Amino acid sequence: MPITTDQQIKGINFSEFAFRKILFISAISIVILLFCFFLTLVASSLPSINTIGIKFIYGVTWDPVSDKFGGFPFLAGTLFTSLLALIIAIPFSLSVALFLGEYFRTGLISAIFKNIVELLAAIPSVIYGFWGLFVLVPLIRSLETKIGVAPYGVGILTSSIILSIMIVPYAVSLTVQVITLVPADLKEAAYSLGATRLEVIRNIILPYTRSGIFAGILLALGRALGETMAVTMLIGNSHIVPVSIFSPGNTMASVIANEFTEATGKIYLSALIEMGLFLFLVTTIINIIGRSVIKRFSIS
Amino acid sequence: MEGTILKTFNFSANFGESQVLKNISIEINRNEVVAVMGPSGCGKTTFIRCINRMHELTQGATVNGDIRVDDNSIYTMNLIVLRRKIGMVFQHPNPFPTMSIYQNVVAGYLLNGIKLKKTERDEVVERSLKRVALWDEVKDDLHKKGTFLSGGQQQRLCIARSISMNPEILLLDEPTSALDPISTAKIEELIFELKKNYTIIIVTHNMQQAGRISDRTAFFYLGELLEFNDTTELFINPKHEKTQNYITGRFG
Amino acid sequence: MVTTIKYREFKNKLFKVIIILLTTVCTLPLLLVLYKIFREGISAINWDFFVNLPKPVGETGGGIVNALIGSVLLILVASVISIPLGVFTGIYLSEYRNTKLSYFTLLSVDVLTGVPSIVIGIIIYLWVVKTMGGFSAISGSIALSVMMLPSIIKSTEETLKLIPNTLKEASLSLGVPYYRTILKVILPAGITGILSGIILSIARVAGETAPLLFTAFGNPFINTNILKPISSLPAIIFNYAISPYEDWHKLAWGASFVLIIIVLFLNIITKIAQRKWKVQF
Ligand SMILES: Nc1ncnc2c1ncn2[C@@H]1O[C@H](COP(=O)(O)OP(=O)(O)OP(=O)(O)O)[C@@H](O)[C@H]1O
Ligand SMILES: [Mg+2]
Repeated sequence: MPITTDQQIKGINFSEFAFRKILFISAISIVILLFCFFLTLVASSLPSINTIGIKFIYGVTWDPVSDKFGGFPFLAGTLFTSLLALIIAIPFSLSVALFLGEYFRTGLISAIFKNIVELLAAIPSVIYGFWGLFVLVPLIRSLETKIGVAPYGVGILTSSIILSIMIVPYAVSLTVQVITLVPADLKEAAYSLGATRLEVIRNIILPYTRSGIFAGILLALGRALGETMAVTMLIGNSHIVPVSIFSPGNTMASVIANEFTEATGKIYLSALIEMGLFLFLVTTIINIIGRSVIKRFSIS
Repeated sequence: MEGTILKTFNFSANFGESQVLKNISIEINRNEVVAVMGPSGCGKTTFIRCINRMHELTQGATVNGDIRVDDNSIYTMNLIVLRRKIGMVFQHPNPFPTMSIYQNVVAGYLLNGIKLKKTERDEVVERSLKRVALWDEVKDDLHKKGTFLSGGQQQRLCIARSISMNPEILLLDEPTSALDPISTAKIEELIFELKKNYTIIIVTHNMQQAGRISDRTAFFYLGELLEFNDTTELFINPKHEKTQNYITGRFG
Repeated sequence: MVTTIKYREFKNKLFKVIIILLTTVCTLPLLLVLYKIFREGISAINWDFFVNLPKPVGETGGGIVNALIGSVLLILVASVISIPLGVFTGIYLSEYRNTKLSYFTLLSVDVLTGVPSIVIGIIIYLWVVKTMGGFSAISGSIALSVMMLPSIIKSTEETLKLIPNTLKEASLSLGVPYYRTILKVILPAGITGILSGIILSIARVAGETAPLLFTAFGNPFINTNILKPISSLPAIIFNYAISPYEDWHKLAWGASFVLIIIVLFLNIITKIAQRKWKVQF
């Protein structure tokens, strides 16, 4: 037997202890990190929360020079673009999810489309923005000219289209996950009663996966709300409340991106951070709800 | 060296609330082969996993009583020293998938950071593989991955891995249950060989196997040690009705 | 009766056609984006492009060497920070599955995944840039490392969870200490999955712009000092794309091409690795 001296055993015991401590510290530091994120955002938002107060939400004028910090245009712009993107993305996401999770579960075609969806998610946001600026914006502009609205090119619709392209892969991967979990015997029972595939999808798969699909859409919305670069490049960056899908506007994320480095006054900076806090809270809540629904779904 | 090597005192083991070993007291002698038998779920695996303190790895697992090896309580001994004294072979062969056959045999040295000269290492590998009768089959493929071998070969490799560390006691948990008859025969021969140098505790469901290789047999039932006797005596003349039922095959 | 069956069959077929059609439409953006970037990008790059600094408007022959070096440095430092922390956290999660801490850590990881990158930029600005008194490469790396953490942790945890427990027991039963068992048996057995997670996280942050805007900021010159501002591929794409100058757009297309190639390459590498170097148990 290889001899182990007391000295060596002491060394091993210490390493053992240190290793377990390192694991523990690593894990707890993630929790602390997130908690400190929250504290930092709250603390740095306080000047704005105290001076601007509730007007931050409904005020429509954003004019830092004259100390007017109404965030409503950005709130509206964020919700408008994200919801529109969601509306565009939902039918596509569901189709792709059914395509990959039901019609073509395996095989070459499935693999090709799976990879395409993954690559769609891999393209950086700034490149989508760049591409949108030079390909999509001219298209939208000529469309706007045709139907006789001010031909900005940039604006809510342009941003939403790019946003929808960006969130489709995300919604798809979550939705495929739940669709493939539908028990085979449920489907087979329906088929044996003579149901067509469409009827199985409508009467078995969709009802069964409803909560999971909802969670997938919710998480995709979370993505859209915080998406920055592509939107910043395509929304037009005007501090107005968007009234139509063709108006330019601004979102919270893009205001932060555009103005953060130039924000000179204390309140100005704090107001931008408050928007960050808002995004943080909303995405946190969305993620906690969405993930727990999906987790519960995959366990049952 | 004769005499007792392992002794348990009123030993009990629990998984959370449920007690799976009840007041086991047993003495095992040096260089004997003890077969552990009993119906499924009676605690055989748990028993041998307690001996090298593997049992406590399971969450919620607790123990009561004491086990002594060479008169030292396993609970005061250093865990690493204890486990080097007591080798273990599992029901399913589990060679390290990232290591070659060669590395698998000396894994105990490599993983423990024990430095050996190349010649020493070669020697350990050859000796260990020869003892498990695997040398001739693999000597030209020593640098292939251990997971490429057949199930029986893998199991012999795992035994070689254990004995390369020169333990005093070898715990075997149904080492042949996943193997074909030929591999099984080889491992039985091997156990017979190993008995000269090691104390062996082997869990088995196979009566013939116990009869062929063991000196004494312990019969467990619902977590209790019902009978512990010479193997032939226990088979021919069981004291307990449950033992009788089991060896005559009248168990569900 | 016959008509209803036919009608149902028809609806069934029609639905399938619609699904296939919409799915195909979904692949268009990828093809269109790649087409545009390749067409504009290839004509923009040449040797000068990789070795020169950006030139002022009007001069030709400008390059993106500062951004290339910047991106490499940013990611390198970010990896040094996030890989050990992420892998250790992943090990904790797979080893201590039912503890309170692992529950909260997993929850935090999920939340962290969803935090918009711009918000991470704000926080690192407040923590590092403000404290140090200026933009710096290190602050950019810290921001990127935060973005890398969730996917490293998740991939480590998920890979290690799948490694059979018997492997760990085999090692422990040889008297190998716990920490050596984890580091020398369990980690090597899961190395493919862990590395895939790391490479994918690198691919993702290679294109991250938002958190760099107010951390690493940008730099028209080559910089290798992590305490100074530094340029990066995505930042240069953003700045040149929104500029009004044709020459700079050209640089941006070239930079986009390079970035896309890197991202695609990293994605394909992981695909191959996952298939080829899978450890057989
Ligand atoms: N990890 C565990 N958690 C809870 N209970 C367990 C665990 N492992 C085993 N048990 C229970 O402990 C009892 C004894 O199990 P053990 O594996 O020791 O039986 P065994 O005699 O080896 O059976 P077999 O012949 O089937 O291998 C069984 O009732 C089993 O259900
Ligand atoms: Mg067993």
